[in-house]
Amino acid sequence: MMAPVVILGTGLAGYTLARELRKLDAERPLLLISQDDGRSYSKPMLSNALSKGKTADALAMATPETMAEQLKATVRAGATVSAIDAAAKTISVDGETISYSDLVLAVGADVFRPPLAGDACDQVYSVNDLEDYARFRAVLGEDKQRKVLIIGGGLIGCEFANDLAASGFPVSLVEPMGRPLPTLLPERASSAVAEGLESLGVQFHFGASVTAVNKAASGVVVTLADGAEVQADIVLSAIGLRPRTGLAQAAGLEVARGIVTNRLLQTSNANIYALGDCAEVEGKVLMYVLPLMAAARALAKTLAGTPTPVSYPAMPVQIKTPVCPVVVSPVAPQTAGAWQIEADGQNVKACFTSESGQLLGFALTGSFASNMQVKSELARALPPILQ
Amino acid sequence: MKKWQCIVCGFVYDEAVGMPWDGIAAGTSWDDIPADWVCPDCGVGKEDFEMTEI
Repeated sequence: MMAPVVILGTGLAGYTLARELRKLDAERPLLLISQDDGRSYSKPMLSNALSKGKTADALAMATPETMAEQLKATVRAGATVSAIDAAAKTISVDGETISYSDLVLAVGADVFRPPLAGDACDQVYSVNDLEDYARFRAVLGEDKQRKVLIIGGGLIGCEFANDLAASGFPVSLVEPMGRPLPTLLPERASSAVAEGLESLGVQFHFGASVTAVNKAASGVVVTLADGAEVQADIVLSAIGLRPRTGLAQAAGLEVARGIVTNRLLQTSNANIYALGDCAEVEGKVLMYVLPLMAAARALAKTLAGTPTPVSYPAMPVQIKTPVCPVVVSPVAPQTAGAWQIEADGQNVKACFTSESGQLLGFALTGSFASNMQVKSELARALPPILQ
Repeated sequence: MKKWQCIVCGFVYDEAVGMPWDGIAAGTSWDDIPADWVCPDCGVGKEDFEMTEI
């Protein structure tokens, strides 16, 4: 029997690739291996499920058994892959050796955890998958008096702040830089988001990082680098993600920030591919859904016999802060050019253009972000990310 | 006229509004949208949408 295509990971990347491959090739043996429980869910939905009244279980769209049937594949959930032998084209799964014809790494990213002092660090939660989310919700409970402190004012931190505050929980948010979404938005747009979240009761602590989390008489006390102390009942850390590269690195594959691939999503080994949050495609680590979908479609074609380089058009990122919606096509640091800003309260339209007048990025908040026409026209005026 | 929602990112397609700026006229029913259309926000295909409340 022909060795299967083996996909490591059953997040959006793994399952989407499997689905796209099945559209092109109904027969080739396919094995998906997941270290979690293998349920299909949409990760972007984790950060707005609470206000939509959805539990972790309600976010699960299909069991691994259902997915296996739909995909005509084998799905092994709760399995750990300890090694890849690229020369032999095998992997070690819980002590068993399995051969592959092509191997795809769709293993995602790990949360970055800050080094914290104190005796309550085990009470600092993070949400990076459905099982994390179920744990967080179990700890959060239903008591709307419980104070939540969020570490990090980036995309995930702001989305959770909105979701928790809109659901009635008192929320404080610590962000060392002086404003929310500091690496994604120009200042004026950040102010709009800050105002929106403040209108829900979110209390910001800007300018200092968290240094320690200690047990208190009730809940925990969080100490900041400037000496301030904030009381909380639950701490949620959301300071960023790092591509999971360990398995690839140990197998001798080229790794930089992510697992290095060319535009065919092919790693430094011809039969091993990578996509999604773990991959660094032509130098770009883009941990969003749009690039993942583009990569899954291209890689499915390649695996089905038609080598297809991935193209990335401009891909604006939606930030789910419904109190002040945001759409952003970020500008890389040190890019030459200037912002032009049109603003009215929480409604901001900021466009970044080069000296020659080429649009290079934009940020929309409030009513501008909800206007699909504005968004679509700006996205079309941007240069592609990978042509 | 119905609304359809992307199960991955939450984007809503409202048949009454269409997406005229992307060449889909107001009033275009979901069935008449091309099979290769993808969600403008996250890129999933038509088959990954489900109908929301009207």
